[in-house]
Amino acid sequence: MTEVALQAVELVRRIEGAVSHTLVNGIDLAVNKGEFVAITGPSGSGKSSLLYLLGLLDAPSEGEVIICGQPTSKLSESDRADVRLTKCGFVFQFHFLLPEFTSLDNVLLPMRAAGRMAESEMRERGLALLGSLGLAEHANKRPNALSGGQRQRVAIARALANRPEIIVADEPTGALDTASTEQVFSILRDIADQGQTVVVVTHDPALAARADRRIHIVDGKIAEITERDAGKLVCAAEG
Amino acid sequence: MKLLFNIAWTHVSSRVRQTLVGMAGVAMGVGFTIMMAGLMQGSQLDFLRQLVDTMPHITIEDERRSVPTQPADQEYGAVQMSDIANVGKRPGIKYPESVMSSLRSWIPGDVAPSAKTTAIINHGGARIGITLSGIDTRREVQVSKLASQMREGKLDDLSRAPNGIIMGEALAEKLGVKTGNTVLLIGGQGIQLNSTVAGLFRSGLKRVDESQIYSLMGPAQVMMGQSGVVNQLRLRLNDPMLAQKVAAQVEAQTGYKSVSWQEANADLLSSFTVRDFIVLTVMGAMLLTSSFATYNIISTITHEKRQDIAIMKSLGMREYAVRRIFIIEAAIIGLVGILFGWILGYLLCYGWSKITIFNPLTGTTVPLQIYYSLMHYVVVGGISLVCCAGAAYFPARKATCVHPVDIIRGAS
Repeated sequence: MTEVALQAVELVRRIEGAVSHTLVNGIDLAVNKGEFVAITGPSGSGKSSLLYLLGLLDAPSEGEVIICGQPTSKLSESDRADVRLTKCGFVFQFHFLLPEFTSLDNVLLPMRAAGRMAESEMRERGLALLGSLGLAEHANKRPNALSGGQRQRVAIARALANRPEIIVADEPTGALDTASTEQVFSILRDIADQGQTVVVVTHDPALAARADRRIHIVDGKIAEITERDAGKLVCAAEG
Repeated sequence: MKLLFNIAWTHVSSRVRQTLVGMAGVAMGVGFTIMMAGLMQGSQLDFLRQLVDTMPHITIEDERRSVPTQPADQEYGAVQMSDIANVGKRPGIKYPESVMSSLRSWIPGDVAPSAKTTAIINHGGARIGITLSGIDTRREVQVSKLASQMREGKLDDLSRAPNGIIMGEALAEKLGVKTGNTVLLIGGQGIQLNSTVAGLFRSGLKRVDESQIYSLMGPAQVMMGQSGVVNQLRLRLNDPMLAQKVAAQVEAQTGYKSVSWQEANADLLSSFTVRDFIVLTVMGAMLLTSSFATYNIISTITHEKRQDIAIMKSLGMREYAVRRIFIIEAAIIGLVGILFGWILGYLLCYGWSKITIFNPLTGTTVPLQIYYSLMHYVVVGGISLVCCAGAAYFPARKATCVHPVDIIRGAS
């Protein structure tokens, strides 16, 4: 039986104001452990909003996000922060590394915040992660001494630092050249193949096609789910 | 905590100029506040020391705080009496030796008798009103610093010169009198006495140096027209600060009005309270102003680091932990600033203590009195640190309240 890593139940995100605006409108979604899911859609469709809800960066107006079987809607902000720290890894369109810190220090940041390992263990893991992403010789460089692709790989290493169950990536290749894009996507694919769950928002249909499942969002709702089954794409329009 | 400190240290160390300005602001505030505290307390204590050294700590006078109740008053409540004179009453303290020996048995200090009266000193056409105190030189050294305040002659010279007197330097200067000269003292009842100036003293208090004369008990009693009278007992305590308490006990025991040096100078001491309040307000304002430099730098850092704050929160760092980073930054700036402020404060105090000023009223040149106290450093440092933490807390709280998604979206 397939284990569900991430589940959204009747998820709604509404911005209240003089004119209220619904970003995510009643989405039901279940992502299995080790699955690579790509969320696509036009600009303003609500795909990033959905990702932020799934990664607990934002709180839903209605509905529930269940991470590794744990409902999160009733968690306090501190508890949500704990879940983010231990169960989710984030990769953003811009690397968002701390500029005064070296690559290694940036990777160590989540581990130090969690405080579960000894400093030597953390450094060992940080260097191993950087090495696995081809950045061993850049460990002591600051972000401004790295290329765009290298920075994004450091950001991926940081996302992986605490061995999270789920990696959420918001347009991780949006600011990269073709070669770096390919490299980053291959890494994310490998991560999923190794058993971690990856949810990626992307505009690139070619890259989305390499995901296990592609969820197309329009106006905050799932418009289409495309599954890759034994090398053959199966399309199923919702409703 | 190490992580938070690392981030905080990275922030402040990567902004050397801003950090140094912040530290300099704190250092200046702390340094000048310490200097002001040292100067203020130094001058105040110096003045009080002079006051306490010059005056008896407690003076027992042959007076009562209130008019004694008359038998008619006690008998008939409706009777009102005023302007009553006890014509038969002899002035002075009754059985002074017995009172003194009783006091000596329990007061933490010593007691000496004196005969105090007012007179006019006449010399070379100048007539100046003075206070004449007859003293017992043997006991006087136990209750006053007069012996050490002598500029010419000695206390014992009073008994060697005929009707010898000791006067303040300022009074001698006014009269153009030198040691060995003879002056004429005129008492309230017209009694005249030729006296020889046996010595000069300087207390440092102008009003004393210009109007006080000492003689032996005999000449003073002659001027009062009351031989053998003692109308004042003067007490000196081991701890001058106990004077008020002891004075109350002495008054309760003897029935005579006992005035502590604090009571005698109540108006002056209350003016010190006002002065303290003003100076403390100014010092508080200085520390507060210096903390604005910290507020400024932390505000700038939090503004610049909004994106980092969002990232740290999105990675799972708790809001209070992120806020603590900026408090630590303020603490780093504050602590280093305070350390330099302490050094600056000490150097300023030392520098000021080397400066001498001419006092035109007393005609003397004296160094500025500085009071060095560890408490100044601790209190000023503590207040400054609290101001720095407060200055950092508000911008940090504002910055860490921001929702990470808002900043991440903005950056995208």
